[in-house]
Amino acid sequence: MSATSGSSAETSAADRITAVADRLRAAGECTPRPARDPVNEPMINNWTEALGDRNPAYPAVAPPAMIQVWTMGGLHPERSEDDPLGGMVEILDATGYTSVVATNSEQTYHRHLKPGERLAVTSRLEEVVGPKQTALGEGWFVTTRSTWWSGDEPVGEMMFRVLKFKPKPATQASVPPMVSRDTAFFWDGTKLGELRIQKCAACGALRHPPGPMCPRCNALDPTHIVSSGLGEVYSYVVHHHPQVPGKQTPFVIALVELEEGVRMLGELLDVDPEQVKVGLPVRVRFVPSGEFALPAWEVR
Amino acid sequence: MTAAIAGIGATEFSKDSGRSELRLAVEAVTAALADAGLKPSDVDGLVSFTMDSNAEIAVARELGVPELTFFSRINYGGGAACATVQQAAMAVATGTAEVVVCYRAFNERSGHRFGQFATAAATMPTSSGVDNSWSYPMGLGTPASTVAMVARRYMHEFGATSEDFGRVAVTMREHAATNPNAWFHGRPITLADHQSSRWITEPLHLLDCCQESDGAVAIVVTSVARARDLAQPAAVVSASAQGSSSDQYVMSSYYRDDIARLPEMGLVGRQLWRQAGFGPDEIDVAVLYDHFTPYVLIQLEELGFCGRGEAKEFIADGRIGLTGTLPLNPHGGQLGEAYIHGMNGIAEAVRQIRGSSVNQVRGVENVVVTAGTGVPTSGLVLTRDR
Repeated sequence: MSATSGSSAETSAADRITAVADRLRAAGECTPRPARDPVNEPMINNWTEALGDRNPAYPAVAPPAMIQVWTMGGLHPERSEDDPLGGMVEILDATGYTSVVATNSEQTYHRHLKPGERLAVTSRLEEVVGPKQTALGEGWFVTTRSTWWSGDEPVGEMMFRVLKFKPKPATQASVPPMVSRDTAFFWDGTKLGELRIQKCAACGALRHPPGPMCPRCNALDPTHIVSSGLGEVYSYVVHHHPQVPGKQTPFVIALVELEEGVRMLGELLDVDPEQVKVGLPVRVRFVPSGEFALPAWEVR
Repeated sequence: MTAAIAGIGATEFSKDSGRSELRLAVEAVTAALADAGLKPSDVDGLVSFTMDSNAEIAVARELGVPELTFFSRINYGGGAACATVQQAAMAVATGTAEVVVCYRAFNERSGHRFGQFATAAATMPTSSGVDNSWSYPMGLGTPASTVAMVARRYMHEFGATSEDFGRVAVTMREHAATNPNAWFHGRPITLADHQSSRWITEPLHLLDCCQESDGAVAIVVTSVARARDLAQPAAVVSASAQGSSSDQYVMSSYYRDDIARLPEMGLVGRQLWRQAGFGPDEIDVAVLYDHFTPYVLIQLEELGFCGRGEAKEFIADGRIGLTGTLPLNPHGGQLGEAYIHGMNGIAEAVRQIRGSSVNQVRGVENVVVTAGTGVPTSGLVLTRDR
């Protein structure tokens, strides 16, 4: 339930979420919210009819799975002021975790309920875990436990867990590279985490981008070396418009001169564009993209 | 000096022509032939860009051109512009054809926009597609971003600033402001407008980038002798050249020793001056390809108008204005008039030679014209018939 790494802004959001979670958890059960109507036969009949449940025990007693029905808020539901899920939703919305999905719930029934019983429900915050990277996006798992009461007697409980997450922007994949027989070795390398530079087996010349014939000695005998992946920014741009498949604007693209003496393009990741300058030392990082891995750079 | 430009024609320049690219092509060719005082049946050659969507045979069919003995296409985007005239001049010089029309027609704003990220260019199963695999997947796939990479290095090496680029844009818009055919007629800008326009790809602002346009331009080339018998004063092709340089790529020649320059334009310039028999000092008007402002500065250096890295000082004192010593793009260029892939610049050069431009420079004898930069390119020197 604590923040891991990340920028100071993220840490601060995580701290705020954690602080609210700690406070709500310490507060324990919230104020009871009474049911609008008592447990009643018409509602039981509607339910069993809709589900095709012909158990003759109903409607003399209510089906246990109806427990949540009795305290539903109707068309215009209002949570208690101190409802912990309401409090967590508020802070998570405010910190950008605006989407929600219910992940799982478990109900426990202590006894059957009879028509005429009037219930109330309380809720407490059990656990808040995050930030977690999920398929839907970065989010926090919020677990609450609700208890239904008939007078002073707890008659049922429910563990309820939601994921509040930052929706991932809908992005296309980067444009895949057009690979030829002359360049396949490079893309095979990036998948293995190797930045490969073409080397002429005849004269030893290094070259990027690669091709079938050495322009220096005209040999048709290319091989390759593995680059240290270290270099310096030779030139760069900050791209704003238009949108580019697989990228979030603005982003930085750097032309890097590698230690071995060849230049190569790649996105410069996790950098404030204002901090980029010619001569900035960088190292390679490989970014999976579809079936490929693209060479990219990070500041070193 | 065996060939001359005898006719020029164009459609209106717009953002949405409302008609097919083929129709734009035939409208422009018809206008150019009428300007020259020729008929479609006089045409025996057609030249266009590889990128043009209108086949020579389609243009010939529409016009009713009965026979073609010469047809040709030039590759590398806007780098083809002046080379279409060179091809026509060579065809005329060799007797392959007598009247050759060069044309370029597109709906480049309302149809396929060149300013967008060109996914198709990165997925061609050709050597060009493989070339693009070193830039497009990394996110570098718009013309502006490819130029910005060179512009940044140029700024680093020579201390040029965004304001220096902006002075080119301001001058082009000033020229367009008094050209009724320009999209930006009556709409000049200030350097402050340039500086406050949004980033496209840093270090390029929106106003460093030329327009996207719909339209067409056609140029009629024939022999100097025949041109002298036609309706307009001949604009003699006194030099024409193409150039591709060491380790050449399309827009991304980033692997050369020195990237803060355009050596292919230097190569074109050396040929032009050798063929013409004179140098930059004899040039009265320059029509330089201005898709992006930084490349205008670098072209001035490559063509020998000033030394390397000195273009920012060269243009600072109004020298490239209409009353300067080297009026640049009197029509407003592609930043101000329209982006017709450089062909509208050739038409303006012809008007300057004829003395018929709305922004006419006095006493024009020689005009240099260049084609697309950052790509294998071409150039012309046009001279008043003596």
